[in-house]
Amino acid sequence: MAVREHMGGGAARLAAWLCALSLVVCAPLARAADEQPAGPLRVVASFSILGDMVRQIGGGDVKVDTLVGPDGDAHEYEPTPADARALTAAQVLVVNGLNFETWMNRLVKTANFKGTTVVASEGVQPRDFDDDDVGGRVSADANHASGHATHVDPHAWQNLANGVLYARNIGAALAKADPSHADAYRLRTDAYVAKIQALDQRVKQAFAALPPERRRVVTSHDAFGYFGQAYGVTFISTMGISTDAEPSAADVARIIDQVKVEKVPAVFLENVSNPRLGQRIAHDTGAKLGGTLYSDALAKPGLPAATYLGMFEWNLSAFMAALKP
Amino acid sequence: MSLMDWVVSPFLDYGFMRRALAGACALSFGAAPLGVFLVLRRMSLMGDAMSHAILPGVAAGFLLSGLSLTAMLLGGIITGLAVALLAGLVSRLTPLREDASFAAFYLISLGLGVLLVSLRGSNMDLLHVLFGTVLGLDDDALLLVTVCATITLLSLGALYRLLVAECLDPGFLRAAGGNGSLVHMAFLMLVVFNLVSGFQVLGTLMVVGIMMLPAASARFWTRTAAGQIPLAAVLGAAASLVGLLVSYHYSLPASPAIILSAGVVYLFSVACGPQGGLLDISRRARGAAH
Repeated sequence: MAVREHMGGGAARLAAWLCALSLVVCAPLARAADEQPAGPLRVVASFSILGDMVRQIGGGDVKVDTLVGPDGDAHEYEPTPADARALTAAQVLVVNGLNFETWMNRLVKTANFKGTTVVASEGVQPRDFDDDDVGGRVSADANHASGHATHVDPHAWQNLANGVLYARNIGAALAKADPSHADAYRLRTDAYVAKIQALDQRVKQAFAALPPERRRVVTSHDAFGYFGQAYGVTFISTMGISTDAEPSAADVARIIDQVKVEKVPAVFLENVSNPRLGQRIAHDTGAKLGGTLYSDALAKPGLPAATYLGMFEWNLSAFMAALKP
Repeated sequence: MSLMDWVVSPFLDYGFMRRALAGACALSFGAAPLGVFLVLRRMSLMGDAMSHAILPGVAAGFLLSGLSLTAMLLGGIITGLAVALLAGLVSRLTPLREDASFAAFYLISLGLGVLLVSLRGSNMDLLHVLFGTVLGLDDDALLLVTVCATITLLSLGALYRLLVAECLDPGFLRAAGGNGSLVHMAFLMLVVFNLVSGFQVLGTLMVVGIMMLPAASARFWTRTAAGQIPLAAVLGAAASLVGLLVSYHYSLPASPAIILSAGVVYLFSVACGPQGGLLDISRRARGAAH
């Protein structure tokens, strides 16, 4: 007790200092939030694929900030103060939903975001991670616990039909938030949707032309569930759902057996995870090592896979190069 | 399934299992003897601290030239040595003790590493991209750990007497001829070299675990450093074998399985080791009472 009394004066002074300090720090922030910025609609997208969609639909009428940039892993992201600043100044926030951005709630609170939040995946038929189409128990319990809060697979954009839903959701939200440009948004949404649908047809045809036994692929992280469902491809994953799970020797052995027995033609690597295990499996089984796939993040600007459609084109040609008999 | 099948067939059937065993054994032969000296010098936590300290160097190597083993190795060694040197310097020039200055520099280094990685904008989880898995060893990686183990063993052979002398009496060498700090530096260099090469090949947990656990266990079985060094290496290799088999047969992640096997050996040694194990101490206490 004596000690605490002794410290009382110091603690009170410290508290006073902290209050003063926080006022100094927060005052400019609060001011920034009050000002309604003129000019383009300010939109924040949670990761690179959504950022590209907003850019395609918003055109010059929006200013987009993307939180998790190219080649970034949105499964595990540590937001920066700049992210919070961008979000504070934004009128629209676009997220994937389906428990993909587990870090977003905290950021929204921190940034005191008051605008509209758009869940791009709204209306998507969610798909559960299941054990049938992966290498085995790799993706079972342990990985679910560490990666996503639930068993829902968040990678819905890997089906172009879902991409259409994403585009429509984003277009509607932009039109609502910025009614003066609503017609422009609608036009660009329709043009974009037409492009997505055309590509969807091409991807479907390309895979339908492959013999069924060639439609099998090993990837390093389980991000292609929706893709497999939509285009009839079986994906065997080495890492499970999240990018942070470590496989067991039994899992690797099972995948190697499966690749050998089913004569899986190719092993693919992804841009957000360590390539060594995939390389090892390709080497041990004699399967072809396909190129890098883009699953959760786009490539850097200037590369072919720097847009959503570009990413799909890239993945498609990588699949075809490795899977065509 | 006979015991023989249980032990041998995974390695006969799968190339990645043979590689994992070879890599883990090479790591045991290099790192575990170093661990013995770390235990003797009461620097057991240094391996852990150093493993964080080398992050900025590895990150810088990665940022400059991608997933290149050489670049990341060089970067890691440079930062690891810088931290070791600076920490040693501060503890020699000021009253701050070595553990505290080590902690300070490794934290600075860790902060720098995280900063470097974020600067690039790309936010993939560095640990999962940079640090390998024991199940995915390629030729380069395997070569790196074996070269590292070879260099470590040869250097330990050359420096053995000096190292033991310095462990027992740090003042002795300084008084005798002033080579003490040189030997100390060479030793730290070996530790850093092992950590850096082990990291990229096998992952953080593996390398620090294999360095310390067998060394701490060996101490309960034999009193001399000359006995503890080979024992630690063999215990490390045995834990690797058992861990890999457990991972294979019970579908558990490989590196935690290996480290936990080493942990079981350690706990058994604490309980039953003839040199100061719990049973031994209680028996002696009873003997003294009679």
